[in-house]
Amino acid sequence: MFLLRLLLKNAFRHKLRTALTLVGLVVAIGAFGLLRTLIGAWYAGVEASSSTRLVTRSAVSLTFAMPISYAQRIKAVEGVSTVSWANWFGGIYQSERNFFPQFAIEPASYLKLYPEYLLSDEEKLAFLKDRQGAIVGQKLATQYGWKIGDQIPLRGTIYPGTWTFTLRGIWHGAEARTDEGQMLVQYAYINEWLRKKAPGRADLSGAFILGIDNPQDAALISQRVDAEFKNSLSETLTETEAAFALSFVSMSEAILVAIQAVSFIIIVIIMAVMANTMTMTARERLSEYATLKALGFSPAFVVKLLFGESLLIALIGGLLGMALTLTATAGIGKALGSFLPAFAVTPTTMAMQLAAALLVGAVAAAWPAWKMSRIDIVQGLRHVA
Amino acid sequence: MRVIPLSYIARNLWVRRVTTLLTAGGMALVVYVFATVLMMSEGIRATLVATGQPDNVMALRKGAGAEINSGVDRGQAAILESLPGIATDTQGQALITKEPVVLNNLPKRSSGKASNITVRGTSATGMQLRPQVHLVQGRMFRPGTSEIVTGRSVAEGFQGGALGETMRFAGREWTVVGVFDASHSGFESEIWGDTEQMLQAFRRNAFSSVVFRLADASQFAAIKAAVESDPRMTVELKPEIQFYAEQSEALATFIRVLGTALSVIFSIGAIVGAMITMFAAVASRVGEIGTLRALGFRRSAVLVAFLGESLLLALVGGLFGLAAASLMQTVNISTTNFQSFAELAFQFRLTPRIAWQTIAFALFMGLVGGFIPAWRAARLKIVDCLRAA
Repeated sequence: MFLLRLLLKNAFRHKLRTALTLVGLVVAIGAFGLLRTLIGAWYAGVEASSSTRLVTRSAVSLTFAMPISYAQRIKAVEGVSTVSWANWFGGIYQSERNFFPQFAIEPASYLKLYPEYLLSDEEKLAFLKDRQGAIVGQKLATQYGWKIGDQIPLRGTIYPGTWTFTLRGIWHGAEARTDEGQMLVQYAYINEWLRKKAPGRADLSGAFILGIDNPQDAALISQRVDAEFKNSLSETLTETEAAFALSFVSMSEAILVAIQAVSFIIIVIIMAVMANTMTMTARERLSEYATLKALGFSPAFVVKLLFGESLLIALIGGLLGMALTLTATAGIGKALGSFLPAFAVTPTTMAMQLAAALLVGAVAAAWPAWKMSRIDIVQGLRHVA
Repeated sequence: MRVIPLSYIARNLWVRRVTTLLTAGGMALVVYVFATVLMMSEGIRATLVATGQPDNVMALRKGAGAEINSGVDRGQAAILESLPGIATDTQGQALITKEPVVLNNLPKRSSGKASNITVRGTSATGMQLRPQVHLVQGRMFRPGTSEIVTGRSVAEGFQGGALGETMRFAGREWTVVGVFDASHSGFESEIWGDTEQMLQAFRRNAFSSVVFRLADASQFAAIKAAVESDPRMTVELKPEIQFYAEQSEALATFIRVLGTALSVIFSIGAIVGAMITMFAAVASRVGEIGTLRALGFRRSAVLVAFLGESLLLALVGGLFGLAAASLMQTVNISTTNFQSFAELAFQFRLTPRIAWQTIAFALFMGLVGGFIPAWRAARLKIVDCLRAA
């Protein structure tokens, strides 16, 4: 108890310096947390995937479509219980800035595969009945202020022209990590147009989504599906939804690695600042430590004092930084909306922040503590005069 | 008015070496991040801008922002071919190339993970239209065969991409008969093969883009108006250089905005570090300040001296950071471009403009960090100072 009081008194002896160090710590630990959260948000699609869903796409790349008739053949494969399909629509709402994903889907089977999209029965029925209908996630609806019945115009980049959809339902996510930033429209509506205007592109799908009952059989079922289309005009590649989502994340790997590196650089920067503070503090108190030693305190006590003070400042700064991360994340999450679904601080991030703060405190005190524990009493006392 | 000499300022920094080093080190790291981000953004921009040729014109389907979601059918391509004003080469051949462009998911050499690679069907004329592309190994593919040539970064980075190896896609084995260098442009991340072979293999019946050169570049506006008002056409014409500049926009802007935001946050840490150091410098030299003032140096001279010390500290940090960042120029990285959805290899690029911006940023940190302590030093009363000493 006595030691803690001494540490507190010591830490705030030089108020301005401690305050400045704290500002630096709060900013650094806060920024570290934000960057880790940003990286986590990138992987949100992987986290939100279900082990009972597989995705089949063309073996060449995602931009190649497969015939819709594959759906029936996939359904016949042993182990597959449901089949649905989704096409990237790639529409622009008002301007390129308002990016959010839209998929043209086969509604009945798709909604069966995604039970985490909670939709009231009336809304579901209204969507199924209306070919020009659309449903969106709660987050997206809030962002653009859409209500049920609204007309939403999209400018097509893959399917030319302006498309107008009527909003028929707004889904809520069953879990926090469920994506609420998408828009789903009916494939049948788009296909009808394609049959008339571009028959060569009609009756094709970019991806099939497969529902399976036993997640343990995922690898086996994937092989069976791909074997079914081996050596055909369009060969397929089937993988779990998680692996599919991960393949998108790994595309921007270089950027992710850079952000990760940068998040550690900030810790090193603050380490330099903090070490500077502790070195200066120790230098100023040289005579004090000499006096303590002369009074019979062991070198270990001096080491304890320095480490204690450094860790105390780091801990206060770290906790404030964590609080800053929590408030900033909530604000940014609201502002970014559909760009980054699931922008939230995880317990792992908070643990890492705390560990980083304590590490900074420990490293900063190491050199001064070693030096101060070895000072010569006579020299230290002479320093006063 | 007498000015306190620079050697006094520099020696003060030297006396407290450890503190100076730690503070300048913190600043150097911030400057390093700042410079690297600007270099990365500039690298992406420069790579894609170098991909386009100023007098080449590109035809894409209306509204398609990238080649992969564009389509130009044979009928429209034929109309484009018959346009007046297309340049011809020495043999009298029109300089126009009709190209199918597809994305192909192929495994990388290093990680085995698949990434999207642009595969382009082209012809000898296509090579002629891009003077920055030239073969460095092997030979050009022969028309009508399953032969391909690969860009340098594909040859190095993707499995089966090097000379003499084979790649399997679209149900065929393709033999790499040549590797080309494209002077650090986007083509280095592409695979080129024969147009008709690619159309067959990928079962396409439309080209993705048509590229041609105008005999007289000033005719562009007239030809664009003529083509786009033709009811048979659903294409739009763009100068090639503009097309590729637009391709770089999203990724370059994303990196620049993210990086600048980070640098600003980080700079708070470095500024705080400078402030702590300078406050300590002032506090430990109160007696000296009093003596200087008593000798006849004015308040402003003291202010300038301490501000100079802080700026010098920042300059040292800035130069170290910039030096570290300039080493990054030797690193090649590649990532997926959001706009074209394909792999793009590029290098960090340091321009004089970026160097100046970086040094200015470092000095700004020194100025902000040093101003309050310097001001406080200048405000001290001579009597108090001398008494404290």
